[in-house]
Amino acid sequence: MSLFSNTAILLGKELRTEFRSRELLTTTAVFILIVLVLFSFAINPGTEEARQFAPGLLWLAILFASSLMFQSCFLREQTNDTLSSLRLAVSDPFAIFLAKLIANTLFLLMTELLMLPFFAIFYNIPLWSKLPVLILVLFVGSLGISIAGTAISAISAQARMRELLLPLLLLPLLTPVLVVSSLVTGSLLDRDPIVQWKGIGFLAVFDLIFLTALWLFGEYLLEE
Amino acid sequence: MTSLHVPPTGLRFENIDKRYGGLFALRRVSFEIAPGECVVLAGRNGSGKTTLLRIAAQIVKPTAGKLSFPGANSTPYANGTPGYVAHATMVYDELTAEENLLLFARLQNVEAPAARAEALLREVGLIDRRDSRVRTFSRGMRQRIAIARALIHRPSVLLFDEPATGLDPPGIAWLANSLRELNRAGRTVVMSLHGESEISALATRAVQLDAGSVVADTQSGASLHSILTFGSA
Repeated sequence: MSLFSNTAILLGKELRTEFRSRELLTTTAVFILIVLVLFSFAINPGTEEARQFAPGLLWLAILFASSLMFQSCFLREQTNDTLSSLRLAVSDPFAIFLAKLIANTLFLLMTELLMLPFFAIFYNIPLWSKLPVLILVLFVGSLGISIAGTAISAISAQARMRELLLPLLLLPLLTPVLVVSSLVTGSLLDRDPIVQWKGIGFLAVFDLIFLTALWLFGEYLLEE
Repeated sequence: MTSLHVPPTGLRFENIDKRYGGLFALRRVSFEIAPGECVVLAGRNGSGKTTLLRIAAQIVKPTAGKLSFPGANSTPYANGTPGYVAHATMVYDELTAEENLLLFARLQNVEAPAARAEALLREVGLIDRRDSRVRTFSRGMRQRIAIARALIHRPSVLLFDEPATGLDPPGIAWLANSLRELNRAGRTVVMSLHGESEISALATRAVQLDAGSVVADTQSGASLHSILTFGSA
């Protein structure tokens, strides 16, 4: 059976289990909302300062929320040793990663889209005219976070100090994505908005490189 | 239960070592299981039975040594992978019994997955609970769904790690019957057990492990009895 049909079946399982429990969506949405609300008190909405700092805060909130998501990504599979049954059942172990990272990206994007109106209101930054490009930036940035996060989640789930290991490995790895995403979002939300296509291209290349690395070496991350 | 013919597959362990850090879980394990044989792995807790079964299932790689499959053609196991039952259920608590079986049937390209899942749910006595989430199941029911998952793709080799765990006496009788039928249909059966039971009575051979090494390997009735009773910890 092909990689893509296995991925589609596993993606269906990921979505079904999440929409039943809504654990990840609720946790990440609440977390991002809390961060946005708290910082909205520290920064005067509508000012130049808000435009300057808000994009960084948005991506910081996304990063921390996503790390909550990644903690349980592979840990869930250890409860009943379902990772072993998946490894026995799939023809290509990359399907397990692909399904999980697509699901993580979808969950992350859904949370971000839900949070965007709150972001616009709390920081008094109009988003409507920039929405299509902003969604593109959120997509390539979130995809990068999900690819790296899913890989690190597979490593940390088997480690003894997993709660510590995940952020320790994830933060340095994601620094380029976060810096570029914040810069691109910042120039998009400026009073004179500019679309930084080079930045978006960088994020797309990051995604491609990490996806290829995961495809080549992912199998070793699942070994006991 | 699953009487469709499958190409018989055996297992050959050659000087298998498995080390976790400085600790040897298995040490120079060598023996061969013929296609269609029914073998019990006996031994005290920590003797290496589970590790050996996980290596046979190719979930764990040995540190040294070789695992091969006499009788198999292009792939190690006919019908993809072995039917493996572990200590854990290896199914999703958040999915229903039927959803779990359908998931694994589709992943393994089973023909008519819905019909196959329904037939197995009927076999294991969970047809009335097909729409219940596994998290609501008792220990015995979980073991039944775990066994059904392992059999969903009609594997040629069955690797069962203490399969009677949690089963009530009728459940054990059902499992013994099913394994007998599957073995008669040409499936190779390897199971780890503690003590004698209806299930151990199916075995034609017992291999005893102690501290990661094979210490006895017998096919004779009296020795088999002695291994199985000594093997219980």
